[in-house]
Amino acid sequence: MPAPDDREIILEARDLTREFDGVKALDRFSFQLHRGEVLGLLGANGAGKTTAMNCLLGLTLPTSGDLFAFGLPLHQHRIAILQRANFSSAYTALPGNLLVGQNLLVFAKIYGVRDPKKKIAELMELLEISHLAKRVTGQLSAGESTRVNLVKAFLNDPELLMLDEPTASLDPDIADKVRKVVRKVQRERNIGILYTSHNMRDIEEVCDRVIFLHKGKIVCEGTPTDIVAQSSSTNLEDVFIKIARDGEIIDEPQKDKAP
Amino acid sequence: MNFRIISALVLRYLFLYTRSPMRLVELVFWPVVDLVVWGNVTVFIQRNTNPAFGNEILFLLGAMILWDIMFRAQQGVAISFLEDVWTRNLLNVFVAPVRATEYVSATFIVGMLRITVTAVVLSLISWFGYSFNIFQLQWWLIPFFLNLMLFGWSLGMISTALILRWGQAAESLAWAIPFFFQPVVAVFYPVQDMPAWSQPIAWCFPPTYIFEGMRDVMKTGSMNWNYLGYAAALNILFMALAGWLFLWILNLTRKRGLLTKFATQ
Repeated sequence: MPAPDDREIILEARDLTREFDGVKALDRFSFQLHRGEVLGLLGANGAGKTTAMNCLLGLTLPTSGDLFAFGLPLHQHRIAILQRANFSSAYTALPGNLLVGQNLLVFAKIYGVRDPKKKIAELMELLEISHLAKRVTGQLSAGESTRVNLVKAFLNDPELLMLDEPTASLDPDIADKVRKVVRKVQRERNIGILYTSHNMRDIEEVCDRVIFLHKGKIVCEGTPTDIVAQSSSTNLEDVFIKIARDGEIIDEPQKDKAP
Repeated sequence: MNFRIISALVLRYLFLYTRSPMRLVELVFWPVVDLVVWGNVTVFIQRNTNPAFGNEILFLLGAMILWDIMFRAQQGVAISFLEDVWTRNLLNVFVAPVRATEYVSATFIVGMLRITVTAVVLSLISWFGYSFNIFQLQWWLIPFFLNLMLFGWSLGMISTALILRWGQAAESLAWAIPFFFQPVVAVFYPVQDMPAWSQPIAWCFPPTYIFEGMRDVMKTGSMNWNYLGYAAALNILFMALAGWLFLWILNLTRKRGLLTKFATQ
């Protein structure tokens, strides 16, 4: 049995349920994210990851259940919480008609970043995209765009970061660079990250702990290594496929043998 | 309300105008086309009627300019919101620590800037092209501008709320909504010349008092102060209702999970 994590809980969902037209996209979903921890939220399309992320960002209100960030109820303290958090997704874009530097400056000012130009320059250097500052955002490649989004996500030195498939559509080289930067910044600044991905390499390299969702419910939870050990599969990708197809991590005949 | 956040959002819209000169052209092009059409109609009527009425008919140009003030104010709010929808930036804004009131305030300011540009251009063209000086309305011009701007903002919030609720399918409303009101707010003709059944409806909207007041000022140099009082009171009511509608629909979109669709549209 793993030792209890005594680090501060910075994000918590209690019995979170979200229904759309009577269908439960999330069903009594509960979890805790600790300071400095990277938690992977996994599941096939429609498992409830995006709904969970949207509820956690305050974009969608849960049908029932409670959400807390930094010990505060999310709904009542949304603005104060968002000031300490940030978000990046492969599926949202910064305005394509502005220069990269202009977009980042606007968000730096929204977050009240001190010396925004210096901060932007530092982060762009860290993500190896300093040369993009004067480029039009809409003309960037997927890899460049992802890294610009990450600069935006790191602008306010967030204590809590939500990354929705940050390596989607990236080539293996850029995906590797993105993972390494995320891990480096996360360790240096002790950020708690909620991370969704369909790339199991991402999950194994970046996440300390993962939660597998299926039809809005938690199927299993633990470190990537523990989950593979619990399952009848040999690697995390097989576990993913097994859960996506059967909703379980253990084959039927092996269930009796399982502890 | 955090003014730092409002100024950051305004900066984002200003960057947009500097990056896209066509937007500046659009800001001036259609108002100038309208002005030239109405200006030429006015000149035609002046030349073919008695001098007294010919002088009076100049109010058409004043009406056109003031109508455009209201329309630009509405567009400032609705188009600023649509800019965020078109560029898939809306989610970035709503997951940042931006209050709905700060967001709307930034669009009001953008609306005010758009009005200033348009009003200056139209005033100059109407003066040099058609010998119509909008400043003959003297100090009355200030409350006229303010009241029309407030009503434009209210319509902008209503347009934005409808787009939030029905998505980009409702986008055409951003342009259409002011024109739903145009026939009943006595822009180009006095209320007394409207059909009897529509006159009580006309008096329900603030612009009616402003356009009636404008005609009074142009004719007599003065106007009924009550008109300004009614316009201001109705504007406060419309602003409150439009603000409530916007916040109610924003909350509804969160409840129904509709907000996230703007990320992928």
